[in-house]
Amino acid sequence: MVTNEFKMSVDSRSVNESFARATVAAFAASLDPTLEEINDIKTAVSEAVTNCIVHGYKNCVGKIYITVKIRDKNTLIIKIRDKGCGISDIKKAREPLFTTLGGDRAGLGFSVMESFTDKMTVRSKVGAGTTVTLYKTVNGREK
Amino acid sequence: MSVKFTFEDDTLICRLQGEIDHHTALPIRLETDDRIESCRPAKTVMDFSGVTFMDSSGIGLVMGRYRLLSEMGGELEITGLSSNAYKVMRLAGIDRIASVKKGGIKNGDK
Repeated sequence: MVTNEFKMSVDSRSVNESFARATVAAFAASLDPTLEEINDIKTAVSEAVTNCIVHGYKNCVGKIYITVKIRDKNTLIIKIRDKGCGISDIKKAREPLFTTLGGDRAGLGFSVMESFTDKMTVRSKVGAGTTVTLYKTVNGREK
Repeated sequence: MSVKFTFEDDTLICRLQGEIDHHTALPIRLETDDRIESCRPAKTVMDFSGVTFMDSSGIGLVMGRYRLLSEMGGELEITGLSSNAYKVMRLAGIDRIASVKKGGIKNGDK
């Protein structure tokens, strides 16, 4: 059962990366997460939002849609969607160190999202966009 | 986000401060490379103790500097990683290319 929900959209400008992760973290604060859990959430969101900016909308500025739901009292479901170029080979894109950009991008965005959350799903259609969903159960400071 | 540099005894210390993400990594990279190229240090220390957030852009930042320094025959040391930053760095196996020390550098306020 979803007990709380939050939605926003933001322009795919890199200056908004810190805004997006801080906003999701602020929403998650109601679950009383530990500092480590907050950091995990911020890091995973930062990777997903960066992907929308550098891949999805690589040649333009578009909207990034973020929805966060709290399910069963302590599970966050964070959906980050763009209407950008899409991914032709998701399996390949998820491989550690794979990058289409080169330079200083390490190709570890999906690896970080996977290891900092409990589960990640990626849906994408070339020309239509990509949706990344991150699942994270917050145990907090065990009461 | 800012970087403070000190160069002494052929060692360049880069003290990173603030949040490292894709947005802030570019200016850090340009400034650091500039400094490395003008000092050509035998050893470079990237000190992360003033870093309050870091995603995988931090990995690219370290790997890119590592590549530049190996071309010059310089060595790289990473210090002051928070447990979160260390978790990110470990995913990339950074500890295999640079010497990673967990603590920060003392007399760090210069």
